[in-house]
Parts: sequence; structure tokens; C-alpha cells
Amino acid sequence: MDFGLTEDQILLKDSLRRFLDAECPTTRTRAVMEGASGHDADLWRGMAELGVTGLTIAPEHGGSGMEALDLALVAEEMGWAAAPGPFLGNALATTALAASDDADAKNRWLPSIAAGDALATLAVGEKIGTWDADQLETRAEGGCLTGAKSLVPYAGVSDVLIVAARDADGPGLWLVERGAAGLTATPVKGNDMTRRLDAVRFERTPAVKIAAGRAAIDRARDVGLVLLAADSYGGANRCLRMTADYAVTREQFGQVIGAFQGVKHQLADMATDLEPSLSLWWYTAHALDHMPDKAERHAALAKAHLNDVYDMVVRYAIELHGGIGFTWEFDLHLWFRRALFNRSFMGTAAYHRKRAADLANW
Amino acid sequence: MNLSYSKEYEEFRREVRQFLTENWTDADRASAPEADLQTVRGAMGGGVRTDGPATEFRKQAIARGYLYRSIPRQYGGGEQPPDPLKATIIAEEFKRAKAPFEIMGQGPSMLAPTLVEKGTEDQRRRYVERTLLGEITWCQGYSEPGAGSDLASLRTSAVLDGDEWVINGQKIWTSNAHEADMMFALIRTEPDKPKHDGITYFLIDMNTAGIDVRPLRQMTGEEDFNEVFFEDVRVPKGSIVGERGQGWLVSRSTLKHERALIGNASLARRTFDGLVAMAQIIEVDGRRVIDDPVTRDRITAVEADLLAAEYNGFRLLTLGAKNQDAGLAGLVPKLHSTNLVYKVTRLAMDILNDRGLCAPGEPTAPDMGGFSTAYMWYWGMALGGGAPNIQRNIIGERGLGLPRNV
Repeated sequence: MDFGLTEDQILLKDSLRRFLDAECPTTRTRAVMEGASGHDADLWRGMAELGVTGLTIAPEHGGSGMEALDLALVAEEMGWAAAPGPFLGNALATTALAASDDADAKNRWLPSIAAGDALATLAVGEKIGTWDADQLETRAEGGCLTGAKSLVPYAGVSDVLIVAARDADGPGLWLVERGAAGLTATPVKGNDMTRRLDAVRFERTPAVKIAAGRAAIDRARDVGLVLLAADSYGGANRCLRMTADYAVTREQFGQVIGAFQGVKHQLADMATDLEPSLSLWWYTAHALDHMPDKAERHAALAKAHLNDVYDMVVRYAIELHGGIGFTWEFDLHLWFRRALFNRSFMGTAAYHRKRAADLANW
Repeated sequence: MNLSYSKEYEEFRREVRQFLTENWTDADRASAPEADLQTVRGAMGGGVRTDGPATEFRKQAIARGYLYRSIPRQYGGGEQPPDPLKATIIAEEFKRAKAPFEIMGQGPSMLAPTLVEKGTEDQRRRYVERTLLGEITWCQGYSEPGAGSDLASLRTSAVLDGDEWVINGQKIWTSNAHEADMMFALIRTEPDKPKHDGITYFLIDMNTAGIDVRPLRQMTGEEDFNEVFFEDVRVPKGSIVGERGQGWLVSRSTLKHERALIGNASLARRTFDGLVAMAQIIEVDGRRVIDDPVTRDRITAVEADLLAAEYNGFRLLTLGAKNQDAGLAGLVPKLHSTNLVYKVTRLAMDILNDRGLCAPGEPTAPDMGGFSTAYMWYWGMALGGGAPNIQRNIIGERGLGLPRNV
């Protein structure tokens, strides 16, 4: 019994923390935010060199064969740094592709994704973006897809899209390559400028079916929910630490403000709700690979819970900074925007709590 | 991370089950009224069986390493390496078999580990095992009318007179003092020393002449805590733990164990499981309450927070086993888990609907009124061992590096 991280996992976190501290200060993040694509190829290359892109890809496809928990630890660090870029969509597409049945597609794409040469994304959500394989309207017929996906991460710069759709046999996954006929990706102006989204349309777009049934879609959903939870934890933890640091430097009434109980107690409440939530997403990420009977329900609960925690922590963080927290120049709104993304992407807290209640069979 | 119920654990569960089948029979279960674990008092350690068969059974369970796993064998514990999964299996199986489990409460959970850490060999041998078996029960004499959270302001005093200490003063909020055999107490022995330095940690026989226990009635209507008056109470010179004047240091060890006791999510879990069961039985407008979407949302919201508390407990055990500092993870559980008790009990009250009007003992209420008591007990738990704002000070100062209050 060991409810802790391995040496390798601690090393992974530390090396990513050092890399992002050095290479991705918020000045760079802001430059990426204000750029057209929201994608910084050099930053992405650096992360690929650290092994992020191949982390969960099997060794025979050029990856290091790690687990969902390892991927979630990366998400935590991305959240801590508010690092911009296509990590989330790429990780979800990789998960879905790896869980598919198509050996050719895996051989063709996974090695170049692992190397950081190809970028992938996953398109599931449609009108109101809940990720339910039973409610897909995008249709596959005669080797072509027709339909619309509302908010797809970095579809415009991805080399390959993994798309959830349905055909006569029900739901499944299809693979669409960049530049395919009838594929359009229109940027959506998003609140979180560090993670871009596109509205995607398929109009008789050539596509290869790579998975039948909903298993691979569900796997990607559960991994995605944990990645969002981990990102939320990392971001909220950063907000807590920034605010605690501010409270021991900012002086008012001849005193650092952290000595006032009103400030101290608000910070303590942030820590009290936040700290135990780490163990919830750790457990859930571990369950994804080791406790299949608990994975789906835990993923739903973890996403919903971390939504609420991040919301509370970032709210107090901005409040405790006073007016500076409301400015564009001060960085806190970067994390607030991440919290907005995590809150709304892949379904609301209420949606996932409803799922968790249904899954309990009460 | 490794949480799988591997073969080893499945085998362990079989062992525990086998042990229970052999050693706690239907006759044993029937031989004395069962503790009512549905009540908060039961959950907090009240009404636990300590009769002959129960004690014999506990001794065997301890010998097998199932109970009091953190206490060394030489002092009557089960002495096992920390293993939350095994601990969970043991708790589940003992509950299933309705077998006597560890006695909760301040003696076994707070004093026993303190004595193991800071007591003399004689004190360990005299008290620890008998405390674990419930043969000696304890109350905690810390708070005074003028010293609640500010324990450095204690005024109850002890003066050495030959081979005896003579104690005078008053303690308050002393849970179970009316039933306890012994008290562990903080008492001022050096009136001239600055606040913390003059305090000594005492073990006092509650039958000593000059001790007067007067019950205080709680908002629940129960009488679990007391005022305790000392008038020229004479106790032997060797009744102190640690050095004279070092009581503050000793008490920090006890407080750590107290936070662990109250910081445990088990009461919230028990109440949560109870409310889920109740919500499947109670119907409103011909529909089970559990089928109401708003209730389902609230239940799952609380459940996620509860799971976080439980898994944080796993994390603490692992950190402890590796001798690593738990930081915030070790500081927040008391506040977090008492917050949870509040969330769970008020949700239970809403599920009860108008049956929440019924007081404890009302036979027509689905829970016999027990949830309203649990609701009120939230404050008992939140205030015991340091009020919420004291916890917030501790979290802010020790966990987040904030300065002491202005």
C-alpha cells in the first residue's frame, strides 16, 4: 500500500516545473496569448523533449508507456504555470487513438505524436458540449464525415483530428487528416486565451474509422476529466501560494496583511478546501489504470469537485490582492481564465454530479 | 502508488474474516446489548462494550495485530507497519461482524500515544494497555474558564508539598469527567515562569479526595461534559509526564493526536452512508427523495468532498510511514472534516423533510431523531480541540508561513 508518488513521478514533476519556470514565465504566456494561433512551437518542442508528448504512448510506438496519473501530474504543472498550448487536446487525442482498434493508424500517427512532430486533437462535444457518446449527431457514411463540433482544442493547427461520430453501427471514432476536403476550423474567441478552441465542420470529409463502440470515447472522456481536475488543482495551488506570498509582503496599517485574521482565515479556508482535493484526483487518476470499476464515477466526481474548489480559491485570491487583482497587467486573471475553461469544458459540475448519481445505482 | 487489493490483501481479508467467525460468535453478539453506532455518541466512543467477552476478544484481536496498530506490542498494542488498506479491511470486517473494535475517545486515541512518546516506562506499563482495553477511562483537563484556546493562561495550580502535589483550581468543558477513572491535565507548577514555561502535564486519579465534578448540559440535551473543581487535591509526586514545567511540550504531542482523532472523516462517512440509505426510503410526493435531482446533486457534491478527506487520510498515512512532513495535508483535516460533518448533517436534515422536526428518541422519526443530534454535535466537534478560527490560525501560520496575528 502506497498512496504517494514514485521517484520517477516526482522527477517528472520537478523537471517540468523547472522547465516551465525557466521557459514559460507569464511574459511568454502573454505573448502566446496575443499571438494568432495560441501555439508556441518552440515551447511545445521543449515539452516534447521532456517526454510530455509521448508520456502515455506505448514504447513500441516511441513513447514511455506511463499511466494516466503521470499525465495528470503534467496537467497539474501546466495548471500551476498556466502554460499555453495544445497539451490537453493532444493528450486526449493520443488517449483515444491508443484506445482504438486500428493498428495502422497507431503505427502511422503515434510515433510522430510522441516525438512532438505531429499535433493531434480530439473532437467530441457538439451543440452543448457534453461528451456523451450516445448523443452524437455527426454522421459517418461511405468513408466520409458530416457534422459539426462546437469547441475543439487547437483544431486549426492540428495535423490529425480524432472525431467521435456515429454510423449505422452506433458511435465510434474516426480519424481526419489536416487539409481533408470539407474540413473547416474557425477560431472561437475564448475566455481562456492560453487554450484555444475552434468550431469545426465536416462536409463529406474523408475519414477513417479507427474504433467501433464507445469504449475509446469514454476512456478519453475519463482521462480528460482527470486532466482538468489536475490542472485545476495546480492552478488553484498557484493562486493560493501567490496570495500567501502577497500577504507577507503587502503592508497596510503598518503591518503585513497576512497578520490580520480576516486575511489569514480566508487563506486558511482556501487551503482547507484545496489540499484534500489533491488526493481525490490522485486516486481517480490511479483508478483509471488500476480500478476500472471506480474510474468513471470518480472521474465525474473529481471534475465536479475541482471545478468548485478552483472557483472558490481563485475568487478569494483576487479579492485578497485588492485592486491590483482586477487589472489586466497583474497575472491572476490568467488563472481565473483557466478556471473558467476547466469549469465549462467537457460538461459542468452539475452534469457530472448527475452522472455520478446515476452511476451509483441508488 | 499502489492501492490494489492484490492477492495479499484478499488473503488478509479472508484471515480477518476467519478470525472473526471463530472468535466473535452469535452468542458473543447476544451476550450484551450492542453499542448503538448510529448515534454520534456511539460513533465518538460512547456505549462501547468493555465487558469480559469484549475485552477477551480485543486482546486476541490485538495479538493478531488487528487493533491499535500504531502502539508497540510491549505496551499492549498491535504494532504493525502503517497500511491504510489493511486498516480499512479490518474496520470493514469488524463492522460487518458487529465485533468490538478499537475504543475511540481521548484515552486510547490521545493519551496512550502521548505516553508511548513521552511517558516513563512505569507510566507506559501501568496505563497504556489498560487504557486500550477500556479498563481505565480518561478525560482531558485542559480548558479553564479563563483559558480556552489560550492555554498559556492556565491558572489551576499545583504546589509540591513533600512527596505530593497539592492541586487547586477549576477545569471546564471536560468531556466524560463524570465517568472517567483518570484525568490527564495541564496545571501550572511554576507561577513565576513566563506563560508556557510554568505548566506541567499531570495524570490524576478522579477518585482523589477534593475533586468535585459538576455536569454541564449541552445544546443537544445530553450531559457529556463537566466542570471539575480541585480543592487541595493531593496526588503523588510521580504523577507528572515529562519534566516539571515541560507540560506544554508534552501537550503538543497530545494535541497532534487529538487533531488526528477529530480530523478523521469516519463520522462524516457514517452519517453520509446513513443519509443515502434514508433518502432511498423516504418518499415525498410519491417519489423517493434520492430520485430528486437537487438532492442527488447535493449528495454527490458532499460525497466528492468526503472522498477527498478519506484519500487525504491515505496520503497522511503514507507520508507518516515514510517519515515525511505532511505540511498542509496534516494541518487541514480537523477543519475540513468538521466542515464535512456540518454539510452532511444539514443535508440529512433536508432529506428528513418535516421528520426533522422530531427530537432524538421520537419513535416515529425515520432516524429516531438522531440526525438532529448529529447536526448539533457538529459544534461539539468543531469547537473541541480548538475552535475553527484557531484551526485557521494554525493553518495560516504553520502551513502558509503567515505571521502571528496582530
